[in-house]
Amino acid sequence: MSLYEIVEKTCLAPRVYQWFVQAPAIADKHRPGQFVIIQTTENSERIPLTIVESRKEQGLIRIIFQKVGKSTSDMAALQPGDSLFAVAGPLGTPTHLDMFGSVVCIGGGIGAAPLLPIARGLKERGNQITGILGARSKELLILEPEMRELSKKLYITTDDGSAGEKGFVTDVLKQIIESGQHIDQVVTIGPPVMMKMTAETTRAHAISTVASLNTIMVDGTGMCGGCRIHVNDETKFVCVDGPEFDAHQVDWDEMLKRQNIYRDHECRLFRNQTDETL
Amino acid sequence: MKNKERLLIDPVKMPEQEPETRIHNQKEVPLGFSLDQAKREALRCLQCKNPKCVEDCPVNIDIPRFIGQIAEGDITAAVRTVKEKNVFPSICGRVCPQEEQCQSRCTVGKIHKDVDKSVGIGRLERFVADWDRAHYTENTVRVETKTGKKAAVVGSGPAGLTVAGDLAKKGHSVTVYEALHKPGGVLIYGIPEFRLPKAIVQQEVENLEKLGVQFRYNAIIGNTFTLQELRDEYDTVFIGTGAGLPRFLNVPGENLLGVYSANEYLTRANLMRAYDFPNSDTPILRDERVVIVGGGNVAMDAARTARRLGAEHSMIVYRRSLDELPARKEEVHHAKEEGIEFHLLRNPVEIFGDEQGWVTGIQVIKMQLGEPDESGRRRPIPIPDSEYKIDCGIVIVAIGNRPNPLLLKETPELQVRDKGTLQITPETGETSIPGVFSGGDIVQGAATVILAMGDGRKAAEAMHRYMTGEQE
Repeated sequence: MSLYEIVEKTCLAPRVYQWFVQAPAIADKHRPGQFVIIQTTENSERIPLTIVESRKEQGLIRIIFQKVGKSTSDMAALQPGDSLFAVAGPLGTPTHLDMFGSVVCIGGGIGAAPLLPIARGLKERGNQITGILGARSKELLILEPEMRELSKKLYITTDDGSAGEKGFVTDVLKQIIESGQHIDQVVTIGPPVMMKMTAETTRAHAISTVASLNTIMVDGTGMCGGCRIHVNDETKFVCVDGPEFDAHQVDWDEMLKRQNIYRDHECRLFRNQTDETL
Repeated sequence: MKNKERLLIDPVKMPEQEPETRIHNQKEVPLGFSLDQAKREALRCLQCKNPKCVEDCPVNIDIPRFIGQIAEGDITAAVRTVKEKNVFPSICGRVCPQEEQCQSRCTVGKIHKDVDKSVGIGRLERFVADWDRAHYTENTVRVETKTGKKAAVVGSGPAGLTVAGDLAKKGHSVTVYEALHKPGGVLIYGIPEFRLPKAIVQQEVENLEKLGVQFRYNAIIGNTFTLQELRDEYDTVFIGTGAGLPRFLNVPGENLLGVYSANEYLTRANLMRAYDFPNSDTPILRDERVVIVGGGNVAMDAARTARRLGAEHSMIVYRRSLDELPARKEEVHHAKEEGIEFHLLRNPVEIFGDEQGWVTGIQVIKMQLGEPDESGRRRPIPIPDSEYKIDCGIVIVAIGNRPNPLLLKETPELQVRDKGTLQITPETGETSIPGVFSGGDIVQGAATVILAMGDGRKAAEAMHRYMTGEQE
């Protein structure tokens, strides 16, 4: 089997794919919270993606991604047996796994993927997990069975009400807080707006909250500084200082803006490509 | 030929792409000497008995000898002479600060009282290297019998490549670990194509592969493999991870959209070939008006890249005056020819943005020069109430780098000095961990390619002795 070969590919939801990729050295070192940078071909962008799981014995890492633009469409077109041009990692500071007590783990959309290894790590440390998974609609929910297995209780929310409760993950979080259930720690991973709303919800109750940020990166080793954001008024590099930060200290508005720096480029490129293929 | 006659020969100018043409392409700016041009330039060398130029070459190339060989037309011999001391003349001939090293000590320049009239040692070195690449007929590099010893090199920049070459030639088995997907370090991500074509770096790497050097990409030491693992598997380890951690200005607005570190800007443009977007997928912002903060070679590279990416106004903002610009004279000259604007004695105080967070301009304050500071240069002092705004859509911060801390974070037993650079024994390059050597920017802070190569050479010798038990 060649290095960086995709040995398994599954479609988890519309436009959401799961891979198992041959990367033994990375599988061997991976700890929850860490990510890899992948490149499909020499001309591709370098894309950071969380390692959802590693299978050391088989030398495999599990990756989940959503097809949103040119690069992720190229990724989605790959089939088992194809090899990636580059996979570098494991990068980033691993999650601080400790015995906190009662932890609420919130995953929005594709954010359930990076959430899973953290929730698993926390569970292994003896924490009691309450899970909240949110998605726009039922078919976009991913990793529900695995999160259910880890959670004492798992809540589901959808924007359209097609599964679980109609509404947002923060609605459920508010209900849990208001019900008087004690929470020692909240972990939130998903779209930046969702993480921002989570942070605002827990701030009022002084519940310690951690968010995992997915910013634009190039090298992933601290060299380019492209992933920088303000945390507690200090500039931090998500790739080496993070990806996890105290959600109450992240400058979310800045993060939201920086994430979209290349959106116009991306759309243009994607459209061009689709036009050609049509 | 008599010395008098030699001194009458004018310096031979290297042909270059015209500025109006080259700002629209990525191709190399100087085109190289023809054989006749090289021979003519070589005739200017006085063949000093006590050559000062050699003293100031960090790798001590026998400069008069190789120049004499060019003058005689025996380029193959010149190649051999250069390569005795320098594994990568095609790189050094292009990016070395020759005017501050060998050429600053040249007797011809001294007689003319003009360093610009020194013998063009760097240009001749480049000629020799290019000739070798074009006419490669014999293996100019001799490899000694296998020693059975193994060395790991961390980082494939100038220091790491030099160590790899030197150790491979001595018969050791060498593996180079590189964090990125391509070899060359700063040569590939930092220095633009128009100053150092990537094909040249690639060819030098291929030459090392011919010597048996193995390259492992996407391997981040400290993460993918620990230093301890390398120590267990290899007889010696060299750390050449460079200074890849950008400094920022720490002024308001620095995280606005359109503010780049020079590292990111150049990495996108060079390594990821964003200039070729959309043939390459990596995007880069383009704007009519770009401000580059800083005055070193990296700032010049960024400014000239911005110009090639369509900036009508590519502006250098530097806090001292033209005399103190740290960039090479040749780079400043090339930049000026290409229309780069110099806003000197200006220091940024704030970056402005619009409601969506996009950069709209940079507020600068005028400076004057006071007494010399610890660097020996006159200290820039702000002139009160002299602030004004320069409109721009992109700001590139090119004020230097600190050592990349990634490996050090995972390896606390490596001793560092106060600025985060690695502590080494100066004579050998050995770190606080026996058998682990280091050099280049991770030791020196941000320095030059040739100094990194000089470090690599020294460390390789020490590593060779360490592995074989040979004494000097």
